[in-house]
Amino acid sequence: MSLFKPLRRLKGLVFKECLQIVRDPSSILIAFVLPCLLMFLFGYGVSLDTANVRLGVAVERQTPETDQILRAFEGSRYFEVTTAHDRRTLEPALMAGHLRGIVVLPTDFSKISLTGMGRRTPLQTIADGSEPNTASFVQNYVQATWSTWLARRNLTQSTPPQTKQMPGQAQVVPKVWFNQQLISRYTLLPGAIPIIVTLVGTLLTTLVVAREWDRGTMEALISTPVSIGEILLGKFIPYFVLGMGTLYFCTLVSCLWYEVPFRGSLFALTTASALYMLNALGIGLFISSATKNQFAAAQASLFVAFLPAFLLSGYLYEISSMPKWVQHITLIFPVRYFVSSLRTIFLAGDVWGVLLPACAKMLAIAALLYLLIATKTAKRLD
Amino acid sequence: MLNRIKALIIKELLAVWRDKKSRVLLVLPPMLMLVIFSYAVTLEVKNVTIGILNQDRGPYSRELLRRVQGSPTFPQIIFLKNPQEAQHLIDSEKALLIMHLQSDFSERIAGGKMADVQVILDGRRMNSAQIVQGYITQIVTHFNRDVVNRTLKQVNTEDTLAARNWFNPNLEYVWFTVPSLVGVLCLTITLNVTSLSVARERELGTFDQLLVSPLLPFEILIGKTAPAMIIGLLEGTLMILAGIFLFKVSFWGSMPSLYIGMFFFLMSITGIGLFISSLAKTQQQALLGSFLFSNPAIILSGYATPIENMPDWLQPVTLINPLRYFLVIVKGCFLKAIPENVIWDNTWPLIIIGVSTLTGAGWFFRRRLG
Repeated sequence: MSLFKPLRRLKGLVFKECLQIVRDPSSILIAFVLPCLLMFLFGYGVSLDTANVRLGVAVERQTPETDQILRAFEGSRYFEVTTAHDRRTLEPALMAGHLRGIVVLPTDFSKISLTGMGRRTPLQTIADGSEPNTASFVQNYVQATWSTWLARRNLTQSTPPQTKQMPGQAQVVPKVWFNQQLISRYTLLPGAIPIIVTLVGTLLTTLVVAREWDRGTMEALISTPVSIGEILLGKFIPYFVLGMGTLYFCTLVSCLWYEVPFRGSLFALTTASALYMLNALGIGLFISSATKNQFAAAQASLFVAFLPAFLLSGYLYEISSMPKWVQHITLIFPVRYFVSSLRTIFLAGDVWGVLLPACAKMLAIAALLYLLIATKTAKRLD
Repeated sequence: MLNRIKALIIKELLAVWRDKKSRVLLVLPPMLMLVIFSYAVTLEVKNVTIGILNQDRGPYSRELLRRVQGSPTFPQIIFLKNPQEAQHLIDSEKALLIMHLQSDFSERIAGGKMADVQVILDGRRMNSAQIVQGYITQIVTHFNRDVVNRTLKQVNTEDTLAARNWFNPNLEYVWFTVPSLVGVLCLTITLNVTSLSVARERELGTFDQLLVSPLLPFEILIGKTAPAMIIGLLEGTLMILAGIFLFKVSFWGSMPSLYIGMFFFLMSITGIGLFISSLAKTQQQALLGSFLFSNPAIILSGYATPIENMPDWLQPVTLINPLRYFLVIVKGCFLKAIPENVIWDNTWPLIIIGVSTLTGAGWFFRRRLG
């Protein structure tokens, strides 16, 4: 009988927590409305597929050659081209951000490019450096267009005796594994799911526990015979279930609505996610028992869980490009391992060479975290 | 009347400042964020590991690989012995990309034929992989040009563009992130402070005390708006100073225009915050409400990825996003010295948003009070 007593108490606590979730509109908001909204935002709002770059082309004197170049830009699916006869008419637009780059074809463009050879490139580009990513795209694209045009001109111009000794050309043949169609959403969405799961796991638990402290109901709980472990477990179980539910929901939306492939197994997905939830909830419980105040708890969970999930996880920004000391910081955030696991599970399948180390690290961080919680939380009122 | 408002403003500021945890959270995390995230957020690709599988023994493949090895982008290169290794290397994420030269590479080049440089990319990190592919294409293009010129004994024709980047000549990513983060962090902090201000008082029951005081509803409204804006302006100033002195981002624009823009930006944010606050019954709801606003606002501002990349039907939605306009102003003032008319183009939408949200909040406020 005495063995079942703790279990019954735990059941009571879990039941209380579930009622609280169902009856509080804000919990419903986090657990159901927020994931939908975020899936929508991350699915459509975040895209690395460069498109509609507004490019100005200043053709100072129109010739057949400038027409060829202009057509190459106008035919590209990446650009929206505005033409002018003078670059000075385009410059204010670049200043205002209405154009992202200007290509200048000067008056002597045809003369230099057809005959002059020489060392000077007749083509000039000015890109808007305040958007570095778009700027380098513009530069690279214009460079590629120019090189192609030049190569074609060289071929048509080279005299027959020379063609004999003409060496071959190396050409790059890219092959993208796991994402042949080159759709950035396929890599971005599996990376966005951890952000959403973090919200449910960390933000919700933080707020709920901190609220109990804020309102004094935690003191009421402490004064009952339940142990601190039972209180924490009573919080843990319902939010764990809720978080996993969110995860499956996001997975379904990604696969069915956004048509992201899912090549791994449900088992791998569940294992990696359960380990991550352990961390997310742990962080939430830790923050809330350390701050005991809703405002502070919310701020802290934003800075410790949400923003790192967005910025330090490798979701959008490549970790290997960060400075070394930032790379070391990313190591302690479990979300990094979860992002790489989810990407692998979605796009590559169950590659245990990636998943096992990631899971092991998540487990290790979780163990540390719970050790910290255990030492930090005691049944005390101060 | 002015005295009463002043007292209320002081009370609000003290309420935030006296709580040690909120005080720390108001100053420390934003600065930490600014430092860590400014460096973290980069879409550049550096320090990547690539694999090379060279089955050719000729001189041309050796020459091409020497060029790849010389590139500073690839500090680490793994040489493979057979194609099976390639599969493993990509699968386990040990290499982002693998370059494969077949055994007839040099022979084909010497024979005047096209020779393939097969490049296998990891689609899980597609964006970076594509950027790296771009670097390799560039190396191959130069290789081709030099081989042709050498064989034909031609002078090296310059085919590199006269490329210039205005406002940020070296395309330093920090110059983009720091000014943007000023906007993003101002938004989150100000929104949190305002949205909680009423909700907390309501939850603690002190709001009723405020109601029975001689303060008029609009005085309460001003008393709640002003402190949040003061806090926002201070945080903004702190971050602008950090941007200029710590990150050494050049500042070309005019400070007054930036502050005018920031004033109206903060006004629109406090309006939204108060609106959320007057709707919310508890602090938790208020925090969630502010979260529900700040997330879309950040994602749809052009900060994460450019607005141009979004689907056409989604782009008009960004027009009601105050952060979108403020980002143009703050980046413009830092990097571009944008002219007055551009500042104005991005300020009047902020004024409209600010005035409408504040009147909306005021109306709601009075209804709640009445």
